[in-house]
Amino acid sequence: MMRFGHAEQPGVASLASLPDGATAQLVTVHGGVGLRSRLAAMGLHAGIEVRVVHNGGRGPFVLATGESRIVLGRGMARRVMVIPIPPDGSGTGTPTGTTAPTE
Amino acid sequence: MSGDRPIEEARPYGPYGRLTVALAGNPNSGKTTIFNALTGSRQHVGNYPGVTVEKKVGVCRHRGLSLDVVDLPGTYSLTAYSTDELVAREFVIDQHPQVVVDILDASNLERNLYLAVQFMELGMPLVLVLNMSDIAAARGYVFDLEQLSVLLGGVPLVRTVGNRGEGIGRIRDAIVDVATGARRLRPVPITYGPEIDKEIGKLAAVLEPEADRLAPRQVRWVALKLLENDRPIRERIRHICGNAEAVLAAADDAVGRLRKILGDEPEIVIADRRYGFISGACQETVRNTVELRHTRSDAIDAIVTHPVLGLPIFLGLMYVVFWATFRLGEYPMEAIDYAFQWLGQAVGGLWAAGSDSALRSLLVHGVIRGVGAVIVFLPNILILFLAIAVLEDSGYMARAAFIMDRWMHKIGLHGKSFIPMVIGFGCTIPAIMATRVLASRRDRLTTMLILPLMSCSARLPIYMMFTAAFFIEKWRGPVLWMMYVVGAVVAALAAKLLKSTLFRGEAEPFVMELPPYRAPTVKGTLIHTWQRGWMYVRKAGTIILGVSILLWALTSYPKPHAGDIEDLAAEGQQATALEYSVAGRVGKAFEPVTRPLGFDWRVNTAMMGAFAAKEVFVAQMGIVYSLGETDEAQAEPLQDALRRNYTPLQAVAIMIFSLLGFPCVATVAVMWSESGSWKWALLQWAGLTGLAYVAALLVYQIGSALGLGTG
Repeated sequence: MMRFGHAEQPGVASLASLPDGATAQLVTVHGGVGLRSRLAAMGLHAGIEVRVVHNGGRGPFVLATGESRIVLGRGMARRVMVIPIPPDGSGTGTPTGTTAPTE
Repeated sequence: MSGDRPIEEARPYGPYGRLTVALAGNPNSGKTTIFNALTGSRQHVGNYPGVTVEKKVGVCRHRGLSLDVVDLPGTYSLTAYSTDELVAREFVIDQHPQVVVDILDASNLERNLYLAVQFMELGMPLVLVLNMSDIAAARGYVFDLEQLSVLLGGVPLVRTVGNRGEGIGRIRDAIVDVATGARRLRPVPITYGPEIDKEIGKLAAVLEPEADRLAPRQVRWVALKLLENDRPIRERIRHICGNAEAVLAAADDAVGRLRKILGDEPEIVIADRRYGFISGACQETVRNTVELRHTRSDAIDAIVTHPVLGLPIFLGLMYVVFWATFRLGEYPMEAIDYAFQWLGQAVGGLWAAGSDSALRSLLVHGVIRGVGAVIVFLPNILILFLAIAVLEDSGYMARAAFIMDRWMHKIGLHGKSFIPMVIGFGCTIPAIMATRVLASRRDRLTTMLILPLMSCSARLPIYMMFTAAFFIEKWRGPVLWMMYVVGAVVAALAAKLLKSTLFRGEAEPFVMELPPYRAPTVKGTLIHTWQRGWMYVRKAGTIILGVSILLWALTSYPKPHAGDIEDLAAEGQQATALEYSVAGRVGKAFEPVTRPLGFDWRVNTAMMGAFAAKEVFVAQMGIVYSLGETDEAQAEPLQDALRRNYTPLQAVAIMIFSLLGFPCVATVAVMWSESGSWKWALLQWAGLTGLAYVAALLVYQIGSALGLGTG
C-alpha cells in the first residue's frame, strides 16, 4: 500500500476504532487520489475535526463534521486515519470544526 | 484565482435582454427549493446537449430582463470523478452562462464554499446564496457578510430562507447587478503555496500560445487542472492544442516535481489549500455562539437507522407507499373510468346505431378506449410519484440506502445503488439517471442493467387490469405485492450474477451524506408530482395515442370481403375480421413462439405495442376487445371479456412476462446514452426478455401441469 504523509505518526488511529461520541482530528485517508479528492470535496480533509455518531462495530459508520453527517462504509472508515482528541482536550471549542491545513 | 485581469467586463447579455443563469450547489443545499421559488411553475425538463441528462430550465423576469435559469446537478466539486460534476462543469465552460448562482447551506458554509471557490478559479461571475439561514441562526452562527464579501472579491452574498421564499427578490437583484456590471467583482487571489503557484505560472506560460483556443481567462484554470491530473482536460488539450504533447509533458514533469516536494499528490494538496483559503476567509467572518452537537436529526436517526428497528421501519414505509398507491387511487379511478365510458357512448351516439363508419371506430375504439384505458391509472401513478418525492425530499431516502447497505453488500453493491432502485418503482428513466452518483463504472452498469426489474408505474395498469379481472378482492393485494417482490428478488439475483461474472471486483467505497431531515415543502412536492403527472398525460396524449391509433388501424385493416363472412354469426364475423387484420396476422405468426407461455395472438399484439410504452398493453387489450362492438351502451366491460378469454394462470404468465421482459423503448434509449454503448442497451433488452420468456414458460407449464388456475 502507498503511504501518505503522516500515517506513521504516534497517536494516529483508524477512525473505525473509535467509540460513539469520540472526537478526533483527521490526518489522512489511505486510498486512491479519486477517493481522497471526493472525500475532501465532502469536507473530509486533513485537519478537520470529526465526531463519531454511530460506530456499532459492523455495517456502515456515521461521522459528523460540523453540521453534516456522512456515512462511510466499514472498509472506508478503517482507512481514515485520525488523532483522537481526549474528551477534556484541546480540540473542542472550534465549533465550525476548522483548522488550517496541517503542514 | 490569482491573476490581474479584471473578471468579466460588463457583458452584453444575449439577444432580447435574455440572461442565462446557472444554478449550482451542493446536494441538500436547498437548491431545488430556490429554483422553484425563482421560477415558479415556468419550468421545463429537457436534455443537456450530448448526454441525456435531465436538465431543468425555468424562466423569470426581473427589471426588464428575462432570466433563463438552468438547474445544474447538485455537486460537491467540479472534478471529473462523477458524471454529475462533469455535466455541471461542462455546462459552465461551454454554454457561458452570464452568472452562476451558487446555493450554500449556511450552517455548513466552509464545505459549501469549496464548490464556490472552484467557480472563482474559473473566473465565473458569481452570486452566493446563504440558504437556510434561519436554521444557521438557530444553531448560533453569526456572519459578517460585508467582510466575507470583501474577502471573496466583492461577490454578492444573499441570505435566504428558501422554503419560506425569503430573499428570493434579492437573488434576482444580485443576478442582474452582476450581469450588467453594476456590481464589479475582483479576481480572488487564491494561493496554493509558493511551489504550486510557481508551477501554475510555468504551465500557464506554456499554454499561453494556445490562449485563443482556450479562451483567455481559462489559461490559469487549465494549468491548475493539469496539475490536478484532470483527464477530460488532458483530452481537451490533446484535441485543441497544436503543441499538445509538449504541454502534457510539461504538466507531467510539474506533477512529478510537486509530488516529490510536497510528499503527496498535488491534487490533494490543492484541495487542502482551497480549504486553507476558505478557512482564512471564515476565520474573521463566521462565528458560532452555541456549541450545538446533538441535533434533532440525530435523535430521529437513532431510531430510524437503528440496527434492529431500521429495516422494519423501512418495510413499513414501503407498505404505506404502495397501499396508498393501490387504495387511495381507486375512487378517482372509478370517476375517470366512468367519464371515459360516457365519452365513448356520447361520441359513438353521434352516428346511427349499427353504423360501421371508420371514423367512429377510430374515435371510439382507438382513441377513447385506448387512451382512456391508460389515463384511468393517472391517480395511482400520481400518488406513487408523490410518495417517492416525499421520501426523497424529506431526507429519508439516504437513510434507506444506509439501512440497506448491509444487504446490498451481499449482492456485491452498496447502499447508494439502492436509491435508484426505489426510484425505479416510479419510472426506470429517472432511476437510470440517478445512477450517475455512483463513481464506479462497474457498480453503475450493474445497477442500470437490473433497474428495469424494479416494477415501474407503467406496469401497474397491466397488473391492476388482470388482478381486478381474475382475483377475488381478498387476493388482489397479495398478487400485486407478489409482482413487486418477484421483481426485486430477481433484480437482486441478477445483480449478484453480474457482480460475480461480468463486473467482478470490489464494491466501490461507500461514502454518502445524510442530509438533515426536512419537512418537504408543499410547493416543491406538488411541482415534482405535477411534472411527473404531466409527463404521464403527455405520454398518453402523444406516444400512447399514436401507438393506439396505429394499433387500431393494424387491428382493423384489411377487412375481409363481406361475402366471405356473411354466413357467420355476428360474433364469428368479428373474430374472423380481427384475425384477418395485419395485427391479427402478425400476432398469429408469433403464436407458435408464445403459445407455450399461454399467450394468444391478441396478447402478442399488445406486447408488441408495450415496447413503445408499457401502458399500451392495456390500451391494445381495450381496443381488441371493443372492436366489432357496434352498440356502445351494451359494450361488454373489458374485465368480462378477459375473464371469458383467459384463465388466471394465463394472466399470471402475462404479468410475469411484462414485469421481467421487454423494457420499453425509452429505457433502451436512455440505457444506450447513459452507458455510452448500444451494446449494453441490447444486452439488457435481450437478457431481460430471455429471462422473462423462461420465467413465463415455467409459470405456465408448471401451473398447467398442476392444474393451478386453469379453470
